[in-house]
Amino acid sequence: MRFLLRRLQFYIVAFIAALVTVFYLPRLLPGDPATAILAPMGSRLTQAQIDALRKALGLGEEPLWKQFASFVSHLFRGDLGVSYSQFPTPVTDVIATSLKWTLLLGLTSLLLSVVIGHLVGIMGAWRRGGLFDTIVPPVSNFIGAFPAFFLALGVLYFLGLKLHWFPISHAADHSIPPGFTLAYIGSVLRHLAMPMLVSVLVNLQIWIMTMRNSMVVVLAEDYITMAEAKGLTQRRIMFNYAARNAILPSVTGFGIFLGSILGGQVLIEQVFSYPGLGFQLVRAVGARDYPLMGGLFLAITTGILLVNFLLDILYTYIDPRVRRQ
Amino acid sequence: MDKRQGIRDTKPKNGRLRVLEQRFPWLFVIVRHRQARVGLAIISVLILMALFAPVIAPGDPTEYHGVTNTPPSKEHILGTDPLGRDEFRLMVWGARVTLLVGFGTAALAMVIATVVGVVAGYFRGIVDDILMLITNLFLIIPGLVLLIVLSAYLHPGTGTVILALAFTGWAFHARIIRAMTLSLREKDFVAAAVVAGESSFSIIFRQILPNMVNLIVGGFIGTTIYGIGASTALAFLGLTKMTEISWGTNLFYAQNGNALLLGAWWAFVPSGFCVALAALALTWINFGMDEITNPRLRAERELRKALGRKFMQRVRATPVRFRER
Repeated sequence: MRFLLRRLQFYIVAFIAALVTVFYLPRLLPGDPATAILAPMGSRLTQAQIDALRKALGLGEEPLWKQFASFVSHLFRGDLGVSYSQFPTPVTDVIATSLKWTLLLGLTSLLLSVVIGHLVGIMGAWRRGGLFDTIVPPVSNFIGAFPAFFLALGVLYFLGLKLHWFPISHAADHSIPPGFTLAYIGSVLRHLAMPMLVSVLVNLQIWIMTMRNSMVVVLAEDYITMAEAKGLTQRRIMFNYAARNAILPSVTGFGIFLGSILGGQVLIEQVFSYPGLGFQLVRAVGARDYPLMGGLFLAITTGILLVNFLLDILYTYIDPRVRRQ
Repeated sequence: MDKRQGIRDTKPKNGRLRVLEQRFPWLFVIVRHRQARVGLAIISVLILMALFAPVIAPGDPTEYHGVTNTPPSKEHILGTDPLGRDEFRLMVWGARVTLLVGFGTAALAMVIATVVGVVAGYFRGIVDDILMLITNLFLIIPGLVLLIVLSAYLHPGTGTVILALAFTGWAFHARIIRAMTLSLREKDFVAAAVVAGESSFSIIFRQILPNMVNLIVGGFIGTTIYGIGASTALAFLGLTKMTEISWGTNLFYAQNGNALLLGAWWAFVPSGFCVALAALALTWINFGMDEITNPRLRAERELRKALGRKFMQRVRATPVRFRER
């Protein structure tokens, strides 16, 4: 319990740090948002108009701490302001729609890469130095060395443009009305295929290496020898004795990844114009849409903090050593 | 060297080499490790390409050649990009900024990581608590997302990109260095130095730091990979100084000019391949480095050499190596 409380304390500090960053970053660095928005309009605006805009953006004459207080109170009422570039959509709406797509892409590809990666890692460690072990892990390492967007471009070119297997952008056909119809779900899945493939290719090596290395250590334990001596089937030793004990480091990795799917797919989403959080973030930055940018950053960070806290709870449940601390 | 001799490394060395090896063990492991040697060769070639760009690809890389998206030909070995620039020149000259940013980021990030890690680990107590809190904050906040948000506020340029990348990339290694410092601190030679009346400053520099060179070099290589990948990603998203020639900006202009849709794969392949090659080469060098920090890996490799692949598959336990010094 004390462990969890300590972690919770840390997450609260981290959340406050994120809040402060989002609030002060635009206000401390040279050029406030108003100037940035007005820059393209040059000197055609009068001082009165500039002041009006500053006021509308909440950049008035009030002291900073007062602005911060109002920012926080708005935030807790679920109000992150209005997006400039998609005016007048509230920032929270943009986040809600894009979060859906990011989660779909992130969770499916995470699940796939975890399952495949662990199986490969287990097999590789089991026949260490064997044919499978000398080919598959190095190949996955090789693929993983490529920058995510470069892989994405390659997949887009071959599977999308040359073979026409999958649609090359967006998350679903615009002509099909959204809903639980077969046509719509089919369209969503077809649009999901390529980004998911790339995401799996990028992340697979990490799971393989984590599991393989952990398996190698566990296989050297005495209880494995004991299991062999008892004459248990190889399968049973492999999965029930070795893999089960080797999986703990992966749980930590899983937490880091579960968090990173929120912000870690920026490039993949960008290449496939997949309308997730990352895609929106890059668009917001390009359009100098400060409220949306701040909102997305906060949403991603908060999501990561939440996931990590949930994982801490899970961790105390599976690893008794943490509880006894 | 005789294959069977692999398990005991007793090759005679002359005196000067032995001194060098004691001073820079990591250098020797890299040179002996096959993958690391290949990696070192590749990265050297890329660095030479950057240094001698004016000799290898003379002429202005931004020069407009009158034809856009031409496939590779005698005139343009690697074709031209959507802006009618020679792809070969772009690739060669692009190495300069990308590698500079990569190594610059690594140097700066490792300086921060080492200072924070050593200070936290050596002085412990409240200093440690505060520094680790900051480190953990940086670890949990998504790097690429923060980087994208930062780039919206910073004036883009090589220097600011290095700053931003180092700012988001130091935390992981700070934690590792802290852990190492904590364990080194308890060693007898540090206690002896304390008794001998050495100052904290000289203990850190003369007793602790020299024992962490492997770790710092490994971290440097890892951060270089991060720097190259992340700076390329930022450029690809159009968030750095776009007048610069780097592998990332080359890819950005290729993407922006819809090179893929037009089938001009040659606009992507040279720069993208160089990024992947650099990342892969550095990863291989780090595999070599891993064998220093984890002697079991080295022992395993030597055992495999001695026993041959067939027999190795039957061995479960990881050998621990004995070495006469």
